[in-house]
Amino acid sequence: MERIELSPLAIYERHLEAGELAYQWSAEAQKAVFTPRLLCPFSGSTRLEWRVASGLGRVYATTVVHPREGEPYNVALIDCEEGFRLMSRVEEIPPEEVRIGMRVAFRVHRPGGGEAPYPVFVPVERP
Amino acid sequence: MEGLLRGASAIVGAAESDLGAVAAGLGPIDLMAQGIARALEDCGLSLKEVDGLFCATTQARTSGLSLAETLGISPAFIDTTILGGSSFEFHVAHAAAALRAGLCTTAVIAYGSTQKTLGRRQASVREWNPYESPFRPFLPASAYALAASRHMYEFGTTREQLAAVAVAAREWALLNPAAWEKKPLSIEGVLSSPMVSHPLTVRDCCLVSDGGGAIVMTRAEEARSLEKPPVYVLGCGAAITHATISNMPDLTVSGARASGEAAYKMAGLGPGAIDLALLYDAFTINTILFLEDLGFCKKGEGGAFVEEGRIAPGGVLPVNTNGGGLSYCHPGMYGIFLLIEAVRQLRGQAGARQVEGCEVALAHGNGGVLSSQATVILGTAATL
Repeated sequence: MERIELSPLAIYERHLEAGELAYQWSAEAQKAVFTPRLLCPFSGSTRLEWRVASGLGRVYATTVVHPREGEPYNVALIDCEEGFRLMSRVEEIPPEEVRIGMRVAFRVHRPGGGEAPYPVFVPVERP
Repeated sequence: MEGLLRGASAIVGAAESDLGAVAAGLGPIDLMAQGIARALEDCGLSLKEVDGLFCATTQARTSGLSLAETLGISPAFIDTTILGGSSFEFHVAHAAAALRAGLCTTAVIAYGSTQKTLGRRQASVREWNPYESPFRPFLPASAYALAASRHMYEFGTTREQLAAVAVAAREWALLNPAAWEKKPLSIEGVLSSPMVSHPLTVRDCCLVSDGGGAIVMTRAEEARSLEKPPVYVLGCGAAITHATISNMPDLTVSGARASGEAAYKMAGLGPGAIDLALLYDAFTINTILFLEDLGFCKKGEGGAFVEEGRIAPGGVLPVNTNGGGLSYCHPGMYGIFLLIEAVRQLRGQAGARQVEGCEVALAHGNGGVLSSQATVILGTAATL
């Protein structure tokens, strides 16, 4: 294996900085791979190609976290159209109104303060 | 598990350490040592004979070294496999293999935690995960809440059914003098408790306590010469499916399906032969998932199965008779307590909560966020 110059995490974050949600594609397994890594967990192949997702998906599972201090917030698992799943949150609606099966679209969240950008989702159709 | 023989090894001693909120200054290794001393006393063996050491804790970097030093022994075989709360069910299979291979003759499996006196965050430091941590899931609870949300969506499972698991655990706990919780609990009481991560309230979540314990294992030949009736290892199975909840293939099906199948196959038994089910109940959804995945009911029917006291005292299937992680104790990694309770029940020493005619017990450990599953089927001499 060639020496790694850019980690999968660094490539993933570079895409996010450009406003893109990226994932890996395993040609060997013909499957999407997420979270990003150095080998395909379905085939063992180290040939993983980066692709940019459409950003469309559906809520697979959802919860509302009630912190000891502060407002409740959503945490969800999103199934993306390309066949991979990731943890995120659905914004723009109250956390308890996030429903499994709801169609959602990606947008990048930039927390600032030196923190890396990360993907969040918003409903495609408003309830 | 291929390579292990049904009934070739046995648990001969078992004991809890101090539980609940232990004396200030005690550490996890102290509680392991206390559990080991009591478990050895239980079977009439001594430290000199211990040549196999198995332990796990989140509070010591090299727990095998620390424990061996504290005990003053240099064991021939050490295994500090740590896979979350199910580690000790994994250890049983590993100890059975080591005993069979002649790598050791007297194995102890131990756990200790002071997460209550120390604080959960200090006792179990979570690694930063760039793909999950920014979303601030309250782990592990939020992972189990996500699984519960999917179970409710696919099968119509209700919050009342989840609550029924907590109520049953509490009813058993009231029969166990060692249990932390001493007051009755109702379904309404569960539902109206503070929400942690929807749909799980604080009463759907395990206790945060101190505690530990140990078991002693030998080959069957040696077990028969000891004081107490041996509890034979009839079947073992294990399965790992993921580490993070984002990577769990299907949130409604756990690795317990595979670990259970392997354990049943080795034991030559099915779910119908189980007199007592000890299912790792870190959260109420666990019990429902494991009842399904271990074949006590069909997938999706776990919610209905636990209604109307069916797993409570006097129900159709005794489950978590010690009161479980929900009401008895839960010091971070609970798996050792499933084995201790199985031993007590199979020996007929469980007092007011004794399951009549208990010959076969299933102890099912869960670790991580439904990540590591290990099933151990144990039986009395009559089951050999």
